[in-house]
Amino acid sequence: MAATVRLQREPFDAASEAEKLRRGRSDIGAVVTFTGICRGDEADAPLVAMTLEHYPDMADAEIARHVAAAERRWPLLGVAVIHRYGRIQPGEDIVLVVTAAAHRQDAFAAAEFLMDYLKTRAPFWKQIELAGGGGTDKIWVEAKRSDDALADRWAPSSGRRAAE
Amino acid sequence: MKLRYFAWVRERIGKPEEEIEPPAGVATIADLVTWLSGRGEEYAHAFENPRVIRAAIDRAHVRSDAAISGAREIAFFPPMTGG
Repeated sequence: MAATVRLQREPFDAASEAEKLRRGRSDIGAVVTFTGICRGDEADAPLVAMTLEHYPDMADAEIARHVAAAERRWPLLGVAVIHRYGRIQPGEDIVLVVTAAAHRQDAFAAAEFLMDYLKTRAPFWKQIELAGGGGTDKIWVEAKRSDDALADRWAPSSGRRAAE
Repeated sequence: MKLRYFAWVRERIGKPEEEIEPPAGVATIADLVTWLSGRGEEYAHAFENPRVIRAAIDRAHVRSDAAISGAREIAFFPPMTGG
């Protein structure tokens, strides 16, 4: 199955990516489309913009590896992952995960698995710009323990940090 | 070997990458962090809390006890915050 993995600075069109996966096919019974969006506030402070830094070659490989893992784990009929980098304004899309399967359980589970791994294992780092007194404050977003816990639940032996 | 730094590790060290030749005896990622920390204040600042530093060898995640021999590219960065 040919999966799409793309890193790009430009916005993407979630609807057309989902449409591409199912076009001309009658074996697909479920498509899950998840879009992660840049919020306009962080802990009640207004957010001016967010900049995503990434490790180009590793990010591609790491996402492709997790897409392959999802394909081994669930009977998927299509996968697309698009992750943006660079400066992103509130209201703009950041990340897209589309999964297609015969049945909804597989499509939902695979999409959640991929998002949990993107959050904790894909080499991206978010820096936010908050409106401050005399300009903007740039702050690196800290990793959340709750995101680690969500990713860990997919590990073969739960409770172990997925550092491999 | 080439070292690459990302996010606040890059900012603290003040450069995105460099070529280094660690001395004999620097065998693991943890050894390399200790050796780099002794190279100057900017490195000591970047690596002041080694537990939050993540590493990759040739673009694959590794633990701090991973051997660095034969590595072409080693990257150091904070915990990831993508998605």
